[in-house]
Amino acid sequence: MDFSIISDNIGIYFIGLKNTLILVSSSLFIGLIFAVPLAVLRTSKNIIISGPIRAYVYFFRGTPLLVQMFLIYYGMGQFESVKTSFLWTFFKEPYFCALFAFMLNTCAYTVEIIRGAIENTPHGEVEAAKAAGMSLYLRFTRIILPSSFRRALPTYGNEIIFMLHASSLASVITIIDITGAARIINSRYYSPYEAYLTAGAFYLTITFILVWLLKKLEYRWLAHLRRE
Amino acid sequence: MFSLQGYGPSILQGTLLTIELCLVSLAISMVLGIITALAKLSRVRAANLIAQAYTTIIRGIPDLVLMLLIFYGGQVFINQVGPMLGYDAYIDINPFMAGVSTIGFIFGAYMAETFRGAILAVPGGQLEAGYAYGMTRFKVFIRILMPQMVRHAIPGFGNNWLVLMKTTALVSIIGLKDMVRMAGLAAGATRMPFTFYLVVAFNYLILTSVSILILNRLNKRYSVGIIKN
Repeated sequence: MDFSIISDNIGIYFIGLKNTLILVSSSLFIGLIFAVPLAVLRTSKNIIISGPIRAYVYFFRGTPLLVQMFLIYYGMGQFESVKTSFLWTFFKEPYFCALFAFMLNTCAYTVEIIRGAIENTPHGEVEAAKAAGMSLYLRFTRIILPSSFRRALPTYGNEIIFMLHASSLASVITIIDITGAARIINSRYYSPYEAYLTAGAFYLTITFILVWLLKKLEYRWLAHLRRE
Repeated sequence: MFSLQGYGPSILQGTLLTIELCLVSLAISMVLGIITALAKLSRVRAANLIAQAYTTIIRGIPDLVLMLLIFYGGQVFINQVGPMLGYDAYIDINPFMAGVSTIGFIFGAYMAETFRGAILAVPGGQLEAGYAYGMTRFKVFIRILMPQMVRHAIPGFGNNWLVLMKTTALVSIIGLKDMVRMAGLAAGATRMPFTFYLVVAFNYLILTSVSILILNRLNKRYSVGIIKN
């Protein structure tokens, strides 16, 4: 093994690192923003409201992210109407397609996580809010959502790490993320160990940092559940 | 849009390969998972350390990176070791073997965590009672531990299985002719990528839905005799 290949080309890994971090954080952020209202609507008893959200979540959780990404990146070109409209300026860009696929995917998982947390709200809290005369809107913003976010945190932490790992798929559609950098090094020098072990080390480091941060956050947010 | 232009049979062939891949890698991951779970719980420190390192590293690195590492790295490795053992011809790794062993290896780590939790959920008194009857450790494992841990393992096992199935889509990247790759080939020839990838997506949906049904039945079957409130 010859790791001088890596130290000579470490720059490309840092470009990859930047791309990975941007892709992951922006898709998680946008996904979360859409997931909160969708999760609230998903708990509705009206099937016309909850049905479509259910179908969306079911589709995106039941199919591989790779296929979803291919559907968007390769699939959109099948439609002349998309190709001739302004949308094509977005869908011809691999970066946008990856981001769009990741966002839709993480949003579906997050809807399910938040829905679970909402449904686990202790019944007494909701009753107390009702007894205090709160409207549905107030009940959600003051009682149900704040405590749901806390309950959802450990599972959402897993989703963050899952998304970090899933982002390696972006390399398949020519994006230079960390894995993409490793693929370039491997094809240039034919040195799979060095290239992929370095990529693995990058991901491991980010994973450890995330786990550590999440633990800190959980310690603060879930202080009321702490066992001494 | 929904005419498959004669590519239906090849997609079906890919689907069968995907199912085969899923089942073989599941078998490998379960064997690895049980061994690792026992290693984690054993009193031998070296076994603990190896098992801990294995599960931590595997769960910290993306599947795709591991797959590329094992596929390309394994190729180089075997061809370096081959001549040392007196085998001179160039050895090509079979992508099916590479795919199956990688996925099995990855999910072995996830299964280990599930099984470890399930083993710990079986009350210790049950095992002690087994030993008191003079059963050997192996008999206690087969007769007492296994049947009772299944119930605790099923939810985690089910999740792992669903993720595993979706992970098999990655083997198309290392050139295995699973349904994603077949759809890609058909899409290239007919210029209908959306149609073919959508068909594949629905195939996956069918596989996951059937799995969920079976898992629910299994869960019911193994929870007979447990009162839920």
